[in-house]
Amino acid sequence: MNVIVCVKQIPDPALPGALDSSTNTLKRDGKLILDESDSYGVEMALQLVDKAGGGEVSLVSMAPNGEVSGLRTALAMGAAKAVLVSDPALQGSDALTTARVLAAAVGRIGGADLVIAATESSDGYTGTVPEQLAEVLGLPSVTFAKHVEIDGSTLKASRQTEDGYDEVECPLPALISVTAGVVEPRYPSFKGIMAAKSKPVDTVTAGDLGVDPVGWAGAGQQISDVAKAPERAAGEIVEDDGEGFAKIVSFLENLKVI
Amino acid sequence: MNVWVYVQGSKGAPTSASLELLTKARSLGDVTAFVGGDGAALAEAVGQHGAAKLYATGDLGGRLPGPAVSAAMQAVIEGGDSPDLIMFPQSYEARDVLSRLSVKLGKTVLTNNVDVAAAGGAVTVTTPIFGGNTLVSTTFTGDGPFLAGFRPKSFAAEPSGGGAAEVVAAAVPEVGPTGAAMVVATHVEETSGPKLDEAAVVVSGGRGLGEQAKYELIETLAKLLRGAPGASRAIVDAGWVPYSYQVGQTGKVVKPGVYIAAGISGATQHMVGMKGSKNIIAINKDKEAPIFGIADLGIVGDVHKVLPKLIEALQSR
Repeated sequence: MNVIVCVKQIPDPALPGALDSSTNTLKRDGKLILDESDSYGVEMALQLVDKAGGGEVSLVSMAPNGEVSGLRTALAMGAAKAVLVSDPALQGSDALTTARVLAAAVGRIGGADLVIAATESSDGYTGTVPEQLAEVLGLPSVTFAKHVEIDGSTLKASRQTEDGYDEVECPLPALISVTAGVVEPRYPSFKGIMAAKSKPVDTVTAGDLGVDPVGWAGAGQQISDVAKAPERAAGEIVEDDGEGFAKIVSFLENLKVI
Repeated sequence: MNVWVYVQGSKGAPTSASLELLTKARSLGDVTAFVGGDGAALAEAVGQHGAAKLYATGDLGGRLPGPAVSAAMQAVIEGGDSPDLIMFPQSYEARDVLSRLSVKLGKTVLTNNVDVAAAGGAVTVTTPIFGGNTLVSTTFTGDGPFLAGFRPKSFAAEPSGGGAAEVVAAAVPEVGPTGAAMVVATHVEETSGPKLDEAAVVVSGGRGLGEQAKYELIETLAKLLRGAPGASRAIVDAGWVPYSYQVGQTGKVVKPGVYIAAGISGATQHMVGMKGSKNIIAINKDKEAPIFGIADLGIVGDVHKVLPKLIEALQSR
C-alpha cells in the first residue's frame, strides 16, 4: 500500500514566536524543523506499509524558503521520497490555498491508497487543512483518528468525539488526520539519517503544479490589527518552605471554595 | 446582516458552544440556525437563543457529518438563501463541516476566534496567538458567506425569550465517494463528577508529576474540591490519562472559578485552554516556568510535597 503523509516544517516551538512587522505573518525565515505533530503520521504510515508487506511512504510539504531539514528528519525515519512545494509567492497563503497546493502535490506523486495529516499544525493551528484537502481530492475522510487499522480495502478507525469516540469504517482511498500519541514515533537511526541525505526531494513551485492564485492574492482575508492582550495582574509567587499548602488553603477559603 | 450559526446537538439538546454563538449572532443581525441531524428536539432551545429558523438535514444515517452536512448547506445557499456570515463552534463535527464547505464555496476560513464584529458589511474576527498574549484582528475580503470557527466559551449564552424556531428541511444531496465514511459504533467515556468544561474547579496535572501513578493526587484533590481533573497534553500523549482530560488548544477550553495547575510548566498549547479561568493557582518546581506569569498564586515547590499536604489539610477540615 502507498501512503502519502503531509508534513509541515515549522520554526522551533521551543523558541519564542514572532510576527514579521511588515506582513503580520508568523516569522518562518529561520531554521525550520519537522512539526512534532507530523511525526505521528509518518510513524503511522511506516507501520501500515510495513503491515501491508509492500508499498512506500511519500511526503508532501509546503514551505516558502526551500527548507528541507524537517523533510530530511521524516525521510530518516523511513519515508522514501518527498515533494516540496517551495515558492516565495506562497507567503500569506490561507488554509484553502494550502489545501489546494498540497492536493496538487499529492496528485504529482499519485497512486495513494491513504493520505495522512496531523489534526493541526503546532505553529498556525487553523485545523482545517486535512478535511479541506480531502474535499479537494474528492476523498472520504476520518479526522481525529486515535486508532487506525487497515482491513483489506477498508480503513477502520477510532475517531475522537466530545463524549468519547466513534468506530468509523471507510473504503480506501481515503484521508485521515491522526491525533498526537496515536503511535510512538521512532527516532531516526544513524543509518536512516545517512540514507536520507540521498533520498529524492522533488522541489516544485505552485506554478509548476498549476495552482493559482496563491499567497496574499489567493487569501480571502486581511490582517487589520495586532494588539497586546490585556495582561493578568501579577500574582503572588512564593517559594515552598513546607507551608506552601497553607497559602493555597487560605486562598481557597477567601474565594469560599472551601 | 444575515448570520447563520452551525448548531450541534448532543443528547437531544444544543451544545453550550452552539448556544453561545447564537447569543452572539443576535447582536450582529438576523439569525438562522443549521443542524446536521433532527431539528425538532432542538427547535425550542435554538429559538429561545434568537434563531427564527432552523435548517435541519434530518438523521444522517450513520454518515460522518462533514461531507453530508456541508453539501446540504451548499444546496440551501445556492438555492438563494445565502448568509453573510456562518459561525461554527470548534467541535470535531463542526470543524469537518466548516472545512468541506470552504472548498465547496471556494471561501477562506478563519478559526480559533474569540470575538467577531460587523461594521458596514465588513466582518472582523479576533484570534489570540502566542499563548494569548497577542490578539490578531482579521477582516474577511471579497464576498460572503464568510466562514468563521470560534473557540468554546468565547461568549456567554443567554436566552432572548423567543419562541421555538421554525424547522425547515435541508436535504442532503448525493455526495459520491466523499461521503463513504460510516460510524459503526459510538462509545461514551463515562466520567464521575462534574464535566471538565463545566466544573467550577479544575485541577490539572502535568509532566512534573513524574509518573502515571501520581495522577491519583490530582484526582483526589479534584474530588475534595468537587471539581474535575484535567491534564496537559504531555501526559495525555504519554498515555497516563485519556484524551478527554486534556486542557488546551487541542483539548478542552475551561474557564472555571479556580484552576489549579500542578507540575505544568505552561506551554502555549496548554495556556490557551485555561487562561480565561477566574483564579489560577500554580505549583511548579521551576520558578521560571511560564505558568507563574499568569498565576494569581504561585507556589515554587515540589508537587510531590505540596499536594499531599494540601490534600491532608483539606481532608481534616
